[in-house]
Amino acid sequence: MNNPGTNRTIREAVQRNLARRHRRDRRLRRLGLAAILLGLGFLALMFASIATLAQDAFWQTRIQLQVTLDPQKIDPAGSRDPQRLRQADYGALLKQALRTRFPGVRKHRDKRRLYRLLSSGAAYELQALVLRHPERIGQTVTAWFTADDDVDFWFKHPRSAGTRLDEKQKHWLAQLREAGALARFFNLDFFRHGDSREPELAGIRGALMGSFYTILVTLGLSLPLGIAAAIYLEEFAPRNRWTDFIEVNINNLAAVPSIVFGLLGLAVFINFFGLPRSSPLVAGLVLTLMTLPTLIIAGRAALKSVPPSIREAALGVGASKMQTVFHHVLPLAMPGMLTGTIIGMAQALGETAPLLMIGMVAFIVDVPQGVLDPATVLPVQVYLWADSPERAFLERTAAAILVLLAFLVAMNLAAIRLRRRFERKW
Amino acid sequence: MSISLIVVLLLMLSLAAWWLGRRAVIGMASGDPRRLHSLPRYHGYYVALLTGLPALLLLVLWLGLDEPVITRLVLASLPESLRNLPESQLSLLVNDIRNLATGNATSGVADPVLQQAAEHYRRLLGISRLLPPTALLLLALGGMALGLKRTHPGHRARPAVERVVRWGLLASATIAILTTLGIVLSVLFEALRFFQSVPLADFLFGLEWSPQIAIRADQVGASGAFGVIPLVAGTAIIAAIALLVAVPVGLLSAIYLAEFAGSRVRAWVKPLLEILAGIPTVVYGFFAALVVAPLVRAAGEHLGLEVSSESALAAGLVMGIMIIPFVSSLSDDVINAVPRALRDGSLALGATRAETITRVVLPAALPGIVGGVLLAASRAIGETMIVVMAAGVGARLTANPLESVTTLTVQIVTLLVGDQEFDSPKTLAAFALGLLLFLITLALNVLALYVVRRYREAYE
Repeated sequence: MNNPGTNRTIREAVQRNLARRHRRDRRLRRLGLAAILLGLGFLALMFASIATLAQDAFWQTRIQLQVTLDPQKIDPAGSRDPQRLRQADYGALLKQALRTRFPGVRKHRDKRRLYRLLSSGAAYELQALVLRHPERIGQTVTAWFTADDDVDFWFKHPRSAGTRLDEKQKHWLAQLREAGALARFFNLDFFRHGDSREPELAGIRGALMGSFYTILVTLGLSLPLGIAAAIYLEEFAPRNRWTDFIEVNINNLAAVPSIVFGLLGLAVFINFFGLPRSSPLVAGLVLTLMTLPTLIIAGRAALKSVPPSIREAALGVGASKMQTVFHHVLPLAMPGMLTGTIIGMAQALGETAPLLMIGMVAFIVDVPQGVLDPATVLPVQVYLWADSPERAFLERTAAAILVLLAFLVAMNLAAIRLRRRFERKW
Repeated sequence: MSISLIVVLLLMLSLAAWWLGRRAVIGMASGDPRRLHSLPRYHGYYVALLTGLPALLLLVLWLGLDEPVITRLVLASLPESLRNLPESQLSLLVNDIRNLATGNATSGVADPVLQQAAEHYRRLLGISRLLPPTALLLLALGGMALGLKRTHPGHRARPAVERVVRWGLLASATIAILTTLGIVLSVLFEALRFFQSVPLADFLFGLEWSPQIAIRADQVGASGAFGVIPLVAGTAIIAAIALLVAVPVGLLSAIYLAEFAGSRVRAWVKPLLEILAGIPTVVYGFFAALVVAPLVRAAGEHLGLEVSSESALAAGLVMGIMIIPFVSSLSDDVINAVPRALRDGSLALGATRAETITRVVLPAALPGIVGGVLLAASRAIGETMIVVMAAGVGARLTANPLESVTTLTVQIVTLLVGDQEFDSPKTLAAFALGLLLFLITLALNVLALYVVRRYREAYE
């Protein structure tokens, strides 16, 4: 070995291979980088395509019309009774206004096409206006009314071939645009309305409230249960088969497909206990069972990170085991537990599949008023709208996704802040 | 009296009991807490628990059982001929009785027997509605009296309260077991009813899946075949595509993050990658159906291939992206858990970093990585929304990823969403599929946890 000649040959052999080996090293490094960029690139692509699609849904085209509030048609008796005012035929008034705006339209078919420029919700807008200002009956009011979704699409993409308007309708709309009577406004109705068959009237209020009630039930049940279970398993449970069995169960439940929890909810809560279908209560119960494992695992980790010296000190000055845990260990573990809870709630907020099983896919227009009303939640609303062939609904789907993601981001940021703020190294 | 009112009343009574118990024991000790065994507040808790707890438990029991019990009682009072109806008609009958009793419209004309049954139902319901407020209040007041009677300075109130709390904690921990039990029982029970009409062998080994059952015997093309093989094959194809995407990408990112990246890159990239796991699956489904599927289709046509618009490839690709974080974060953990000494030893012998990783670190971390991949596979098999939105519903036995296939989860959703009656094999089939899905994922999870645990033990 000490022979300098052998040494030199070895060194030469190593040198010869060195470049190739370094190349391999760089290749692995580049592959890793490429993999990460692929994942992040996909993320960016997804956000970009959804955000582009969504932006149209936040703006709604409206048509300005001068409507004569004919007292003969609205309230012939002159009582100004809201009940009476509500029943008037506002659609007819709007049609009248459209005919006055375009006096040249004579043929019956053309008139029908003209009326179609307005959304069917416009009559309700006029009704609301009259109910707010009954004193204006008899006057001619100028107001903006929601346009049909086809008009909306044409106004935002005038050159697109996808429009369903015919040449005459485009001509009328062009006239309106010239006159400044066609404009887009921020789509507040998207946040104020429940679901609708008409895309220009559909909003996420119902789904938002449904999600709110569902998360309320989930949080109210899973937070105390999760904390209690974590405390028992970490602080009190004797090491025996029963405890092992519980642990294995929790770990398995964390990986059971969510749709199976939906089957459980359908069979147990709806068919056996007879709780109302589609209600946030059942959804909350199902999501509680689904998120409990997450909460318990996070809670145990938080309890584990509290050093034993705290417990020993408390026990040493005469606190009982229960007092030690509740007065000293739990407050120190609480930030960690809450972080886990927020993450669990974010998971529950985005969950769809089990809720399809318990009937949350019904078409529900009314905004739910409590945990027993039929409701839908944001992700299910996304699913329902995504199925629709109309482009306006796809835009709303993307917008609803953005709202959902905004909530999730907010929750996760809160979790991160909480962790940063209270994280303690012992 | 509404239930929430009862609960509020009980809580107020408990609060009063806490105050009474505390004041009573302070009075007995003439204001000197040193003469008490437990702190005054524990005496208060003791009385409050005796007041509220039994009553609340009874309330829960009553809420869960009143409807089923009343239904049983009413059914038992029906004439013999009606009681022996098959189950499907019986449940319709019960519905009719309920509707009659609550004054809703019924299907068909109400006959006197039903009227009588409805009357019976209404009477029982009335008793049941009346029972809880009085019984619960009596129980609560009795508990309060008992608690106050037992209160004296030497009373061991704290241990008693702590025992109750401990039982409460145990009960919460047991919910996990009850959930598993609930899943197994509910799914198993319905699945067994399904297997009464469709033999198990036909289900497991049948090559055809078309769950439409003829309503009339003479209906055309509705035989109702429940062979699960095409569904399992479809699930396997999509999951395999997903793993083909997720395993290399996830593993390479984990290697880069663990071995090459600086701590600052790591601190940014790791949470960003984990966002992928936090995005709701319905968003992935929307993206898959809207962007990826048309893209795959266009690419296929460019190459001269026939691609279905609901191809397994599109769903699998997107699902693969979704499970990247499952592979990468678990792999990252196990790669970091490989002892420093192994790495240093290899580097000291002159190996490059790549050689160290591929020849030393990865073999050492392999069991953990396999565990992570198994967990990711279980996730892919159980994933629902992506395939519901981007894969097909028609069962087709094919190995071509460009065709449309369907999965277990898609079929569960299609069978159960919409109107359903709870005894046709079509609805029950969903539970049989659920059972199969549960068993498959359970097996994968147990295997994965076992592998990971074995691995952890090797280095700790």
